[in-house]
Amino acid sequence: MSRSLDRAFAAGVTALAMLVPLTLVAITILIVIDSWPALTTFGVSYFTTTEWDPVKLVFGAAAYVYGTLVTTLIAVLLATPVAVGAAIYLTEFAPRAVRAPVAYTIELLAYIPSIVYGLWAIFVMVPVMRSVVEPGLQGTLGQLPAIGKLFSGTPIGLDLLSGGVVLAIMILPILMAVSREVLLAVPPTQREAMIGLGATRWEAVSRAVLPYARPGIIGGAVLGVARAFGETMAVTMVVGNSSRDITGSLFVPGYTMASAIANQFVEADSELYFSAIVEIALVLLFVAVLVNAVARALIRRSIADRPAGAVV
Amino acid sequence: MKKPLIGSILAFATLLAACGGAPPAATSNPTTGATAAATADPCGVPVKGKCPTEAQAVTGAGATFPGPLYTKWVDQYNQLTGVQINYQAVGSGGGIKSFTDKTVDFGASDVPLTDAQFDAIPGGLYMVPMALGAVVPTYNVPNVTAAIKFSPEALAGIYLEQIKKWNDPKITAENPGVTLPDLAITTVHRSDGSGTTGVFTDYLSKVSPEWKTKVGSATSVNWPGGVGGSGNAGVAGAVKNQAGTIGYVELIYAIQNKLGYGVVKNAAGKYVEASLDSTTKAADGFVSPDFGNLKGQAAKISITNATGADAWPISTFTFLLLPKDFSDKAKGLAITRFAWYGTHDGQSFAKDLGYAPLPSAVQKAAEEVLKSITSGGAKLLKVNP
Repeated sequence: MSRSLDRAFAAGVTALAMLVPLTLVAITILIVIDSWPALTTFGVSYFTTTEWDPVKLVFGAAAYVYGTLVTTLIAVLLATPVAVGAAIYLTEFAPRAVRAPVAYTIELLAYIPSIVYGLWAIFVMVPVMRSVVEPGLQGTLGQLPAIGKLFSGTPIGLDLLSGGVVLAIMILPILMAVSREVLLAVPPTQREAMIGLGATRWEAVSRAVLPYARPGIIGGAVLGVARAFGETMAVTMVVGNSSRDITGSLFVPGYTMASAIANQFVEADSELYFSAIVEIALVLLFVAVLVNAVARALIRRSIADRPAGAVV
Repeated sequence: MKKPLIGSILAFATLLAACGGAPPAATSNPTTGATAAATADPCGVPVKGKCPTEAQAVTGAGATFPGPLYTKWVDQYNQLTGVQINYQAVGSGGGIKSFTDKTVDFGASDVPLTDAQFDAIPGGLYMVPMALGAVVPTYNVPNVTAAIKFSPEALAGIYLEQIKKWNDPKITAENPGVTLPDLAITTVHRSDGSGTTGVFTDYLSKVSPEWKTKVGSATSVNWPGGVGGSGNAGVAGAVKNQAGTIGYVELIYAIQNKLGYGVVKNAAGKYVEASLDSTTKAADGFVSPDFGNLKGQAAKISITNATGADAWPISTFTFLLLPKDFSDKAKGLAITRFAWYGTHDGQSFAKDLGYAPLPSAVQKAAEEVLKSITSGGAKLLKVNP
């Protein structure tokens, strides 16, 4: 009796566990089927052209892919140093009484719904970007020969840079939380050994603690990238939602893949238009898997390359 | 047309929701049920009260623009008859899709259906006009208090990104006495697919051949430039925050939020201020109001750039989509009676809610269409004397 109950229970939990991968497979199949008309109609040009014309039924998603990659890159570049810096402060330098409240507050940021970030961004961040940050960047970095191009155009605040900045704020908590956990997991003997050799605090952190924690920090950045890729609402509100060309400037209104789907799904009334939008979802899924795979490979390599002294 | 799978799943969920409160279909025929006596058929129109043979719950989906008006009608109709009408304001495109997939009993749209969309609906459909709406240009030009006048060429030129400054001669020539600044124009459009965009681009296509060939008209188009904002609020917000911007929003939205908006030259060559009256006038001179036979006639039921002397040029009908022949007689009766109510008594609520009522010629045309709707070949509505 109890044995058969055991078997039933095992079968039950197996079925439940199978549900998750099956859902992923089902979603993938569904997306491929629905995007098939666009896949067969546009082929490679879907990925290489920027013309997205629901009237003439010509669809090229390059500008959306570009927008997603650029905003995510900005987000990771801005958020990683801040997150790692904050994590180092909290684990190595902060007085004990400060550690828990500050860490808790930063982690609390992760629980704010993205629409709230979006509202804050549109009413508080965008005006500051438009009137202070962007003219400032234009006046300084914008004058440099090569990278100056990144900051050309009229600062309007609703652009790729704003999208990236709001994403940076949104991925900060997860990056910070992971970095902090990883730094806490570094064995105290690492630091003690360095300090025992006469190193300063800074030397101990930079030579012993950070190399040891590097894979974990990269892992945190990957989680941040994953979130930034799929983030829709807040980015849609500030990114400008216009995808005419890829100009190279960060001060032009852009479009991300997720916002393109959110904006256009409801009114996509022809089969080809609908299917072109579903193909964005397919690309989003594919790029997300690809980025994760690359990042995992990076982590694996960084573990392999770990300095000999860092391994306990 | 192959149904997209995701759409079907969503539609299935809607169907489940819709089936929740639906009673079994009534069997008796309301039109033959009436006696020759002088007593009015309770199931006839005008709607006076309960009808025992109409369905007690029906579901519709479509345009967001008439949402508040339909909600008011639904509420009033419910008080009169006890019928629950569930209207989901999901957008014109979603409404057309749900109606085609038969996941709702009726649809609603701000934009005329394309021929392909007509063909996708077996048994055909009628588009019944319910009310009128207008779209207005709103802008943010510092230190200009007078309403800026826009010629059709100026509006098209601005959105084609050819007119780049507010002091461009094409704008200043129409605004004598107004000092327009040497300020770059940033255009703002709807980033989400929308009937509002449909009307605005339909207008631009009519007044500018270049717009028609380069961009065209649809609920989303490939904009030549500018910034996208989500919803009327997104567009209005972008315009409010940034000097030099121009956007377009629904007239109701502009009125409710006290936004300033521009004056536009209409087809008669007169500068007209947008108002509910000038919107109704756009439909006044409306020719060939044969709403029963609209396939291939999308251009005919567009009332943008209307010729009337006082017509606001960026106006539109908003339609209910009804099958020509209802398979479910009880539901058909409830829906046609509701549509009759909306086009008659319901019109009195339009102005208060910011919609322009139908002119009487259009109301008569809508009446004819409603009277011709059948179920199983038999006409549904009986007009009581």
